[in-house]
Amino acid sequence: MLLFLFRRIGLMLVTALCLTFIVFALTNMPAKLETLAKTQAGSRMTDAEVDRWLERNGYASPMLVRYGEWLGVLPGWVRTDDGGTVTGRCVALRDTPEAAGERCGILQGDWGFSTRFRAGVAEVLSARLGATGLLMMWVLIVMVPMALIVGILAGMREGSRTDRALSTVAIASTATPEYVSGVLLIALLASSTVGLSPLLVSWGWIDGPVLFQGNARSALEDITLSNFTLPVLTIALYGMGYVARITRASMTEVMTQQYIRTARLKGVSFGKIVVKHALRNALIAPFTVIMLQIPWLLNGVVISEVLFSYPGFGWTLYEAAVNNDIELLLASSVVAVVVVLVTQLISDVGYVYLNPRIRIS
Amino acid sequence: MEPLSWFEILARIAQQLLPVWVALVLTYALSIRFKRRLGLYGKLFDSTVGMIGFGIVMFWLFVALFANFVVTHDSLSQVSGMRNAVPGSALRDPRDLYPYYLLGGDSLARDVFSRMVMGAREVLRIAPFAAMISFMIGITLGLPAGYFAGKLDTGLTFLANLVLAFPVILLFFLLVAPEIQETPIPRVMAGILFLVPILFVTVLLNARFFTQPAKRNLYVGIVLAVGAWAYLGLVFNADPVGLWSMSPNLLNVFVAVVFVNAPTVFRIVRGITLDIKTRDYVAAAQTRGEGPWYIMLWEILPNARGPLIVDFCLRIGYTTILLGTLGFFGLGVSPESPDWGSTINAGRRLLTVYPHPALVPALSLMSLVLGLNLLADGLREESLRD
Repeated sequence: MLLFLFRRIGLMLVTALCLTFIVFALTNMPAKLETLAKTQAGSRMTDAEVDRWLERNGYASPMLVRYGEWLGVLPGWVRTDDGGTVTGRCVALRDTPEAAGERCGILQGDWGFSTRFRAGVAEVLSARLGATGLLMMWVLIVMVPMALIVGILAGMREGSRTDRALSTVAIASTATPEYVSGVLLIALLASSTVGLSPLLVSWGWIDGPVLFQGNARSALEDITLSNFTLPVLTIALYGMGYVARITRASMTEVMTQQYIRTARLKGVSFGKIVVKHALRNALIAPFTVIMLQIPWLLNGVVISEVLFSYPGFGWTLYEAAVNNDIELLLASSVVAVVVVLVTQLISDVGYVYLNPRIRIS
Repeated sequence: MEPLSWFEILARIAQQLLPVWVALVLTYALSIRFKRRLGLYGKLFDSTVGMIGFGIVMFWLFVALFANFVVTHDSLSQVSGMRNAVPGSALRDPRDLYPYYLLGGDSLARDVFSRMVMGAREVLRIAPFAAMISFMIGITLGLPAGYFAGKLDTGLTFLANLVLAFPVILLFFLLVAPEIQETPIPRVMAGILFLVPILFVTVLLNARFFTQPAKRNLYVGIVLAVGAWAYLGLVFNADPVGLWSMSPNLLNVFVAVVFVNAPTVFRIVRGITLDIKTRDYVAAAQTRGEGPWYIMLWEILPNARGPLIVDFCLRIGYTTILLGTLGFFGLGVSPESPDWGSTINAGRRLLTVYPHPALVPALSLMSLVLGLNLLADGLREESLRD
C-alpha cells in the first residue's frame, strides 16, 4: 500500500512538472510576450522597443531558464543598469535590492504579480479560491445526495417505471451543459419580464421583482438563497446526471448478486435489503466517480462564475486568460492541475481502501 | 402587420421545415419496413428510446442538410427596426423578404430562426467529423498499446493521462488564443493529427489485402491519393481544387477539440483490446500466422464495435458541448458565426430582458445532445441484447 502510494505520488509530480512546463511554454510564447509588453508600456511600441522592454524585464533569457526561475530552482535574473540601480525578478517580488540573485519561484512561495488586478498573485488567488470553495461546497451538498438518491431509486428495480423515468431525467441532465442550463434558469427564474417571476409577482407571492437573482456578485459579502441558488444549481445539474447513471449501474449490478437473493429468501424486507445489504457495496463506484467529477466541475465553475459574474477562481482564470495576465494564468493553472491530480490520487487510494477485495490482495 | 400568435409561429415554423418532415417520414418508413435486414441499425427501431433519439438526431441532420430551403432570411443580414424583436414580429418593410421574424431578432437585428438553422449546419459540420478523427487516433494508438503492452503501452498511457489531467477549459484558453494562431503550433498539431487517419486506413487495407498485391496496390493507392489531397487542403490550405479547406481559426478549434477527445477514446480502446486479446479467436489467428496488425484491425476491432459505436454517439454529443463551450467564451470560429455557442454568448448580455436570442440556440443544443445520448442508450440496450 505504501509503495503504491509512493509510486502514485512520484508519477503525480512528474505529471505536474510536464503540465506546468507546457502551460509555461504556451503562455510565454513570443507573441504573448509582445502583447504583454504593449499592454504594459504603451501600445504603439516599435519592434525594437518591444525587444528592449522584454530584455529589461528579464523575458529575453531562454524558455527553460525562465521556467527554472519561475519554478524557483534557478536564481532569478539580475540586472544592474548604468546608474547602479539593481533590478531583478526577486527585487521586484520582494521589494528589497538585497534579494537580487536569490531563488524566488513558486517553490519559495513567490507567485508573481498580476497585471490585471494590480496585486500579488498569491493574495488575488487565495481570496478567489475561498469564494470558489464555498461555491463548490454547496454544489457538492446539492449534487451528491440528489445524484445518489436518483441513482439508487432507479437501480433498485431495474426496468421498472421509476427506473425509466429517472434514467431519462439523468440523461437529460447530462445533455444540458452549464451554459445551457444557466441560460434556461435565468430566463425562467431570474427575468423580470418573462418566466415565472412576473407571474409570482402578480400573484403577490414574492416581494422583489424576481425570484432569484441572475447576478451572484453580492454573494461575496452575504450568501442568500436568492443570489446563490442559480449558480449552484447550474453546476450541480450537469454533474448530477453522470453520477446518477454510475450509481444506477452499480446498484443494478449489486441487486443481482447472490447475497441479495439470499437475504430476500430469508424474508428480509425490500427496504432493509436496499439500505443494509446493497447500499454499501453499490456506493464504491460512485465514490471514485464523484472524486473524478471534481475536475469536471472545474469547467462548470468557470462557466457558471463567468455567466453569473461571481468573482471566484473560475472567473479569475477567465479574466487572466482574456487579459493575457501571464503570471496569474500560470498560477491558476498550477492550482487547477494540482486539484485534478490530487482528486485522482484520492479516488485511486479511496477505491483501494473502500474495496476489501483489492485491499487485502 | 400584426405580430403572430404562438400558434401561428409554430405553424409557420412547421411549414418552413417541410423538407425535413418529408425526409424524416421517408427515413422512418424505409427503415421500419426493412428493419430485419439492417443489422444493428434495424434493431434500433425495436427500442422506443433509441427511436426517439434517432428521430431527434436525424431531425437536426436534415435541418442542417436542407438549411438553404428552411431559412427565412440570410443569417447575417440585418433588417432595420428588428433589433431584439419578440418572436413573431412582422417586418416593417418586407418587400421581397419573408414578412416575419419567426423567433424574433437578436441584438444586431438578425433573424434568430435562420441563425439557429444555419447554426445546426455549423455544428454538424464540425462535431461528427472531429469525433471521427478522435476515434481514428484513439483506435490507431489504443490497439497497439493494448495488444503489445509493455513500454509502448506505458508511454502512451502516460501521455494520455497527461492530456486528461489538463482542465479542458484551460487547454482551450491556451490552444485557441489568437496569438497561437500566428505560431506554427496548430499547423504542426493538425499535421500530426490528420496524418493518423490516413495511416489508419492504409494499414487497415494493407493488412487485409496483403496477400493480393494487385488489389492492395489499387486500394492503398486510392486512399493515399485522396488522403494526400485532403491533407494538403486541410493542413496547409493548399488544395489545388479548393474542395478541402479550413480557415486557420476553424483548424485551431478543430485541433483543440480532437486533442481533448482522443485520449479518452484511446483509454477505451486500450481497455477493450486488453480484454479481447485473451479470447480464443485471437489465439487461433496467431496460430494461423496472421500478422499483428491484421489481428488488431480485423479480429479485435470488429469485435469491439458495440461499445465503440455507443461511445461514438456520446462523443459527438460531447464534442457539440465542447464546441458550445468554445463559442460561449468567444473562442469560436468567428464573431458572426451562427454556431450555437457563439449565439448563446452574444445573447447572454441581454438575457434577463430579451431571453429569446439565447434561449433558442440553448434549447437546440440541448435537444441535439439529448438526442445523441438517447440514441447511444438505445444502441447500448440493443447491442447488449444479442
